Amino acid sequence: MNIRCLTVAAFLMFGPGAVTMSNAVVSPFESRGGLKPRSQIDRLVFGRLKQLGIEPANICSDAVFVRRVFLDVIGTLPTAQEARTFILDKSPGKRSALIDRLLEREEFADYWAMKWSDLLRVKAEFPINLWPNAVQAYHRWIRASIRDNVAYDRFVWELLTSSGSNFRVPQVNFYRAIQSKEPQAIAQAVALTFMGVRADKWDKDRLSGMAAFFSQVAYKGTVEWKEEIVTFDPNIAAFGPNSSGGLRAVFPDGSPVTLSADRDPRRVFADWLIDSKNPWFARNIVNRVWSWLLGRGIIHEPDDIRPDNPAVNPKLLAYLEKQLISHKYDLKHIYRLILYSDTYQLSCIPKTDKAEGAANFSHYPLRRLEAEVLIDALCQITGTTEKYSSAVPEPFTFVPEENRSIALADGSITSSFLEMFGRPPRDTGLESERSNRPSAAQRLHLLNSTHIRRKIEQSRKLRFLMQSKGNPRQVATRLYLAILSRFPTDEELKIVQTYSSSGSVKGREATVDLAWALINSPEFLYRH
Amino acid sequence: MSMELYRDTRLSSANEAGRVPFTGRASLSRRQILRNGVFGAAGLLLAGRLDSPAPAARRARAKAVIQIWLWGGPPHLDTFDPKPEAGNDYCGPLAKAIPTNVDGIMVGELLPLLAKQADKYSIIRSMTHGINSHETASYIVQTGRKPGDGQVYPCVGAVVSLFKGYDAGYTGLIPPYIVLTTPQGRFSEAGFLGSRYKPFATGGDPARTPFAVEGVVAQGITEKRQKSRRDFLGKLNTLGRVMKGDPQLAALDQCEKQAYDLILGDAGKVFDLSGEKKELRDQYGLNTFGQSCLVARRLVERGVPYVTINSRGWDTHKDHFPAMRRKLPEMDKGMATLLQDLSDRGLLESTIIWWSGEFGATPKVQWEPPWNGGRGHYGKVFSVVVAGGGFKGGRVVGASDEKGEEVKDRPVYPVDLIGSFYELLGIDPDAKLPHPQGLTVRATPSADDGVRSGGRLKEIM
Repeated sequence: MNIRCLTVAAFLMFGPGAVTMSNAVVSPFESRGGLKPRSQIDRLVFGRLKQLGIEPANICSDAVFVRRVFLDVIGTLPTAQEARTFILDKSPGKRSALIDRLLEREEFADYWAMKWSDLLRVKAEFPINLWPNAVQAYHRWIRASIRDNVAYDRFVWELLTSSGSNFRVPQVNFYRAIQSKEPQAIAQAVALTFMGVRADKWDKDRLSGMAAFFSQVAYKGTVEWKEEIVTFDPNIAAFGPNSSGGLRAVFPDGSPVTLSADRDPRRVFADWLIDSKNPWFARNIVNRVWSWLLGRGIIHEPDDIRPDNPAVNPKLLAYLEKQLISHKYDLKHIYRLILYSDTYQLSCIPKTDKAEGAANFSHYPLRRLEAEVLIDALCQITGTTEKYSSAVPEPFTFVPEENRSIALADGSITSSFLEMFGRPPRDTGLESERSNRPSAAQRLHLLNSTHIRRKIEQSRKLRFLMQSKGNPRQVATRLYLAILSRFPTDEELKIVQTYSSSGSVKGREATVDLAWALINSPEFLYRH
Repeated sequence: MSMELYRDTRLSSANEAGRVPFTGRASLSRRQILRNGVFGAAGLLLAGRLDSPAPAARRARAKAVIQIWLWGGPPHLDTFDPKPEAGNDYCGPLAKAIPTNVDGIMVGELLPLLAKQADKYSIIRSMTHGINSHETASYIVQTGRKPGDGQVYPCVGAVVSLFKGYDAGYTGLIPPYIVLTTPQGRFSEAGFLGSRYKPFATGGDPARTPFAVEGVVAQGITEKRQKSRRDFLGKLNTLGRVMKGDPQLAALDQCEKQAYDLILGDAGKVFDLSGEKKELRDQYGLNTFGQSCLVARRLVERGVPYVTINSRGWDTHKDHFPAMRRKLPEMDKGMATLLQDLSDRGLLESTIIWWSGEFGATPKVQWEPPWNGGRGHYGKVFSVVVAGGGFKGGRVVGASDEKGEEVKDRPVYPVDLIGSFYELLGIDPDAKLPHPQGLTVRATPSADDGVRSGGRLKEIM
């Protein structure tokens, strides 16, 4: 490792009251000092790593932390000012305080509504066909539930049991956002979303036993365009093994129940599902939240829970489940537990080559920014916007330009950038639909496209940052803070200086090239 | 309508019928056909493979496909299925049909140049799927699949990209599946195959000089600056140095290398039209569609297996006829020149041309406001044109009725067309597609998938 012991000195600062950093940093990515596991999560994770003979990574630096936690919690890059203030803040509890602030930001609701809209397949057109009005209503409901931190069991119960118009009772769109309205297809979607289970692999009887709970869902059109009423209709001929006594259904755990005509079977199912003794319900969601924040489930893939796919750390999973239940299904509590932990705050630089390391969370995994987060970050840095429009209904709808991509409601909105960078099509609700794999086409686009070049070259915001009234170091520092959320190292400053004085590029071109290079660096493109 | 019921009876008759695709159809009245709609229209459910098991993989006749995609639904009555006898209510001001260089084949009056090339292409006048909404029809026409079974299948371009692209030894720097110039939108080309098989959309406009292909051709950046930037980027890669050997960053690095090979190397010159003769460029038409046809030829010439020309603006609900007078002459010029040019270069034999929209346009003109002479969406019957790559020219397949409203003869379903393409391309229609959940999915649907078929286009292959 050739980058170490770099002191960030006062001359790098801009603005009044330049501060001298007292502690020299090990690398821009790690902080000094050993691990002091305080939380139960850390005891369980580090204990497991010790058993495996794996040393965890160092704690990440403040600069890495501020960037990481912004991207992970609110899907948004910190501004230069936010990064700088945090890095220079000397108060001991600043990390936890930042986590608490971020959990209350509006972007938290935007970002996690995007995630939930992926899972719930919020999309106007083929193959889901929610249509635009319902997409807006549904997305607004999802977002508000997240913003208000509605208890997770209530959130799910409402999705599963509501009846009414898809415009006025948005929760009912759960039953519309499935490729097929057959009871078995509904059962599969419910199992996948709220149990983390792929019911398509179940045997027929088990699936049809569960499907019976969804065999009396009725869909009725109205005179309004694409309005649909979703209700319980006891008159729909019973599905499955229908003996004279009423509709028989079987819970996924194998226990049978006879349904009576006066009770909506969806409620019977939902009550069973959200019961604190249900073996799937809490487990599924805590495992997912863990995987969203740490890049990998304790059971992995997080939506493929089955007996032959065990948890790597069963005690950890059990601990999180208990915490969720004892805190009345408050998901933010789970976010907080994870984010506060040293495990979450480890650097991305592993100290082991062993494959079990990554699977047991020995370091923070590199992950490419999601398509929407990436384009929002580029817009923020350059002060530019993107144009999105929807072709249905005619006349076309144009999304206001100040809207951010993470806040887009409709997965059907066409965008070649978002598609190139792996936005999920929202066809199936599988986590794996989103692809963060790099491709040559993505590299071409970021390195050399008119789209990105225009953003950089014609950006008034960058031009302002590039004003070289001070010295070139100040300009470089501003760009580093805006793009990489950290101060440059001495070595980097030397490279920048050499480049601008080399004579191969002229004046402003050198600073444009610096912005371009930082945007194209893996450090920018990856959560780290 | 009950698909289940329908399926049982049809299956047995299809099995007996074997390769005679029309058996059983006579028993359906038009009313039944109308009522059955969508996938219940005349024709057969695909019973196993109607064709003899294709020894296709051994005899690939086509190497590439140029898909001319007319988003919005080109009107069959104004193009390749004129009905001058149907009167003003159907023809509007475009009441004339003109003869072609093949006896007995007539086309619309706005296609005089394509009329001279009719010996090179075949017209399918009985294409049908019955869907009138853009997004679902686009899906059906390009995947051959019926929606609603929980899967989203890949389109022809993605499947060709799978079987003829990088996984099959294609080594070109130009991606194997190109769309000129913007993505179709409202349509997921790759389906469950995932983003790796999505097309590369060029962006830019080939009618301008230079054709600024997104990412490949950067105006105003010299090669020298490209190189010094790249070097600068490498030096500033602090995270990359600290995490040397990380497999994810190595993969990113590999992508970057490929990108620079394209930016700095010669491969990108395929998009530079300045070397083409001026007369030829004029013949193609100095507009986006015409020059896209020229770029498509150049791509195919260099081994790119699948090119989509995405032509927009065919969704002409209002003022349809003035729009046709603008659009059809451009289309006529570009496509006619493409056929001639490919033929002159000996490339037509190995290149399939596929001209199609997601559906046709309503035969009966909507004269009333607000349409004022418009045509709507029409999936019940429409025309598709194919040429080259093993397809015969100068033929007409099937027919619509006297007003172009119903299939009269030889229904052709999307799967028939797509299966024919695969056969000509040497792609086994039974080949397994890689599925993320490990399901067994074939390149073309089978009887179990409940997809209707009239049989592959043997008559023109």
